[in-house]
Amino acid sequence: MADQAAVRPGRLRWNPPLVVGTVLLALTGVTVVIASLTLRGTAEGLSADTAQPVSAAHWLGTDDFGRDLLARALVGAQASLVMALAATAISMIAGVLIGTAIWTAPRRLREVALRIVEITVSYPELLIAVVIAAILGAGRWQLVVAVALANIPATARLTANLSGAIHQRDFVTTARLTGVPRRALISRHLLPNMAEPLLIQLAASFSTGLVAMSALSFVGLGVQTPDYDLGRLLADGLPSIYSRPLEVVGPTLLILLLSIGAMLVGDGLAAAADPRLARRPAGRAAVTTRPRSAEPVPESQQSEQQSESSAPVVVRDLVVRRADGTSLVHGLSFEINRGEILGVVGESGSGKSLTALSMARLLPDGLTAEASALRTGETDLLGRPSRRELADAVAMIYQDPGTTFNPALRLGAQLTEVLRVHRGKSTVEARTIITDLLAGVHITDPERLMRSRPYELSGGMRQRAMIAAALAAEPALLIADEPTTALDVTVAAGILRELARIRDETDTATLFISHDLGVVEELCDRVLVMKDGVIVEELSREALRAGDVSSPYTRMLLESVPRLSGHGAVRR
Amino acid sequence: MSGPAEGLAVDGLTVRFGRGVGATVALDNVSVTVPAGHTVGLVGESGSGKSTLAKAILGIVPIAAGRVRLDGTEVSGLGHRQRHAFLRRVQMIPQDPYSSLNPRRTVGQTLAEALDPVRARVRSHRAEIEAALAEVALPGEAIDRYPHEFSGGQRQRIAIARALITRPEVVIADEITSALDVSVQAEVLRLLGRLRHELNLTMLFISHNLAVVEQVSDEVVVLYHGEVVESGAVGDVFTRPASDYTRTLLAAVPGQR
Amino acid sequence: MSVDTVDTPAPRPRGPGARRARGGSSWTAFAMRRFAGLVGTVVTAVVVTFLIVPLIPGDPAVSAAGPDATVRQIEAARAELGLDRPVFERFADYVGGLLQGDLGHSFSLNAPVADIVASRLPFTAGLSFLALLVVLVVAVPLGMAVSALTRGGRRGKLDAAFNYTTAFVAAIPPYVMATLLVLLFAVTLQLLPPAYTRSQPGVSMLLPALALSIPSICLISRVVRRETAVVLEQDYLRTARGWRLGTLRTATRYALPNVLTSTLTLSGIILVGMLGGAISVETVFSWPGLGLGVVNAVATKDYPLVQGIVLVLAVVSALMTMAVDILLGIVDPRVRGDHDG
Repeated sequence: MADQAAVRPGRLRWNPPLVVGTVLLALTGVTVVIASLTLRGTAEGLSADTAQPVSAAHWLGTDDFGRDLLARALVGAQASLVMALAATAISMIAGVLIGTAIWTAPRRLREVALRIVEITVSYPELLIAVVIAAILGAGRWQLVVAVALANIPATARLTANLSGAIHQRDFVTTARLTGVPRRALISRHLLPNMAEPLLIQLAASFSTGLVAMSALSFVGLGVQTPDYDLGRLLADGLPSIYSRPLEVVGPTLLILLLSIGAMLVGDGLAAAADPRLARRPAGRAAVTTRPRSAEPVPESQQSEQQSESSAPVVVRDLVVRRADGTSLVHGLSFEINRGEILGVVGESGSGKSLTALSMARLLPDGLTAEASALRTGETDLLGRPSRRELADAVAMIYQDPGTTFNPALRLGAQLTEVLRVHRGKSTVEARTIITDLLAGVHITDPERLMRSRPYELSGGMRQRAMIAAALAAEPALLIADEPTTALDVTVAAGILRELARIRDETDTATLFISHDLGVVEELCDRVLVMKDGVIVEELSREALRAGDVSSPYTRMLLESVPRLSGHGAVRR
Repeated sequence: MSGPAEGLAVDGLTVRFGRGVGATVALDNVSVTVPAGHTVGLVGESGSGKSTLAKAILGIVPIAAGRVRLDGTEVSGLGHRQRHAFLRRVQMIPQDPYSSLNPRRTVGQTLAEALDPVRARVRSHRAEIEAALAEVALPGEAIDRYPHEFSGGQRQRIAIARALITRPEVVIADEITSALDVSVQAEVLRLLGRLRHELNLTMLFISHNLAVVEQVSDEVVVLYHGEVVESGAVGDVFTRPASDYTRTLLAAVPGQR
Repeated sequence: MSVDTVDTPAPRPRGPGARRARGGSSWTAFAMRRFAGLVGTVVTAVVVTFLIVPLIPGDPAVSAAGPDATVRQIEAARAELGLDRPVFERFADYVGGLLQGDLGHSFSLNAPVADIVASRLPFTAGLSFLALLVVLVVAVPLGMAVSALTRGGRRGKLDAAFNYTTAFVAAIPPYVMATLLVLLFAVTLQLLPPAYTRSQPGVSMLLPALALSIPSICLISRVVRRETAVVLEQDYLRTARGWRLGTLRTATRYALPNVLTSTLTLSGIILVGMLGGAISVETVFSWPGLGLGVVNAVATKDYPLVQGIVLVLAVVSALMTMAVDILLGIVDPRVRGDHDG
């Protein structure tokens, strides 16, 4: 099982914005540098060709002093480029130093420093630059200093945030405990792990720096005549915009080329570094499939199951595919009877959760399910069931990492949702029903729970609430996908008792997904063992308890489960 | 390894989080002894304070009261330098195999840093690193590879190698198998069982899984809300639990009878 | 580093979405914390603006009086800036004056700074407010719609078009946008006035407001789109889908509140940045607001006026940040509570 979720370091995923941006920046940069080396005379020397229109000799015409406008724009761009690079370098180095230093400082100092950084970030950058320009006066280096200083807080905050996040990871703690010196800690562990976001920040501060500098020069607080940069040229051209609009074209175009280039590079880098984007095509199905022909179920098996079944849940030849056609689940067939809990066990990547999600029609984007039959109660899940039919057919209970309820709404509002939307109940009626259901799953104070927000409750309480919400729809099929995995044993035992009680008291068919053979053995009436998208073996609970299994994989799994010797040894 | 059977001793340890009225007691007068060459399992549910105990021993969280001793020497009174020496004698294996290895450093670099925190050169320790990898049944070529090239179980083995390469006197293993699939967990547990005997490890093994603890430990300590509710030899505690809480815990383990 | 300096429980992540303060759980505690933040920001602004004069390299009086000034003029400027007195005394005076609403005296315009600020503030406030309104009304629905439409790699062309267009437009600096708008609407189409005209302030506000809002619309709709994509991947959205609540209900009750949380945090920064953009945009349109005012003040080295305007702009941006935070507190109770999410 290779690790698909983690980002592969050290390899840049080129994407269109990154390519376009890099090309744009490179071409503009090279042109500008060449121009500044060869065209300075044309750009600054006075000539008799004053105020010329566009011609072959002067592509953008000339100004009142007979200077070529294109040459001036290009040479001015070189000044802007150099200054922006200098300011970016200063602000990045200072910002990264401050940001990492904050996280290696003692706690009190760190809190104060973080607060100060927060405050400085809340001022507009341009305002800070204006203040510094007011102090230092106008001019090239003053401009560089002003913009560099104004950009430091943003970089410092980003670096501090990133360092904070990396500090929480175990490898930093271990390194610190081993006695790695502070400087090595930063250079070996902190910086390499924030390379991508810092690179993105680099592109961003170059583009904001360029814009801020040109803005200051533009309003007259930056580079002063006769010196010029893009902002200065634009400001010079603005008064005559009616008579000679061409004069603003050159500088405008170059500012746009440079800042768009930088923006695209930043964007492209962000896209390349974003694990969410990388993960999406594979979806939650972080699975490696062995190459195996996506064959349908063998003939004999198929014909045997062809006859109409009376079971409330019927699955035939279920195949789950990625968008590229590779299948992750290869032709599963099973049935669940009324009042039966069917367990599906398997390790990560076995396809057990995908099976559950296909039956609930909740597969993540990019995955599709096909089957020759997929039916729950009266509902054909292959057709186009209405939302209401679906709600009647299937309800799901998920693993509870604390994120299965909407954090912005109180629980009462969420739990009553199904009843209000699909059963047309009033809020009051729905609340009464849910209160009863909550009491039914042994919540001691249902009213209080309904008023709570999800994060105010324990995992066990949330999971009971989830069960109550699922029962509210009185579904034909209840799917529980690893419902106890995130819970403590004593709490999990309670949840298992609830599920068993529901089976005994109602007619609900339950599909119970778990990686834990112990849990499955305790709860389920029948068990499917899955591996790599196929059913390896089907077992009765008795067979599983007795260890009466035929597949070597199941045997290996059984042997892997740690058992309490005092109790577990006497399996029956 | 070390001669006297002293090992690691935690005596009357109390840890509080927060100050004043809002303070919560994470550990209350906890005493645990890990005799040299023995493995002590520490069991408890979330919020029991089992991970806090590990952190308190390593000095990651401040101790409000109590003492930590290693081979009879008290740790809390140590100066800066001796403290570093102590930390090299105690190694921790963290829970999450995806967070315990720096993704930007090769396995060799990570192990070299454990041996020599200041210079961390792979070349000068190559033989030692390869031996440590062999110990956890990983090929020597793993030395030049990055963590993402390994599966969760393999990473956990690398983390074990990293901890053992310094020949620590005490190993603290914090939930090291709970992020793994059962078959992989079984593999890691087998490895740990072998190393325990081969290297005569002194280990504090923390887990929420009673069966896992039973499998690798000589003695067991049950923690509940920051207090030790029961301790003793594994056989005794698991077959004849004295406290109600231990009985509840044992009864809650699924798939028995 | 020594291990005993290591943080007590695990350090909390900071940054967007992680502004979860500790301590206190009620509204009052939350409001108090936010107010304390505001006070901190304002105090910093007071100190920094005061420091402008002492930090000027060389003799501030000489640079304030200008290059051709006589000795007497320089001395007059020195007295005006209070440079003949010790720094602490001046600071006490400065703070004392501020408490009474006295921002000093502008020597280029020979008028109280407070009056100048009072006459210019409505222009900047009006302009920013209009721009802000346009941004929020357009950017949030746009971002959410694009995110929902392109979910899971669907509609690749729309995705690319949105991406490139917004990147392209967002990269246009506000004053360049202003110039382009003037070229188009004033020079070519002759529809709107190219600069502030006293007779029709409403109409002449349109172009500057557009120049300010268009780049921000692009930036914020990108943020909204990205955050929506994150929220759409969350477990609780799967739960809502599992309850088959329908697209609209799922979007408004389950996605929107959570999108707003992260969006507001990030947008606060962008909106404050818009205030900075006003400085250059006001210059293009000769808009008589604080932005143009501060530019002129710096150019004429009218330090008291610079101090006054910068202070007011800083306080305004601090108020905006606080407003965003309070809005966040309303939308997402976790922000104001001490519960761990």
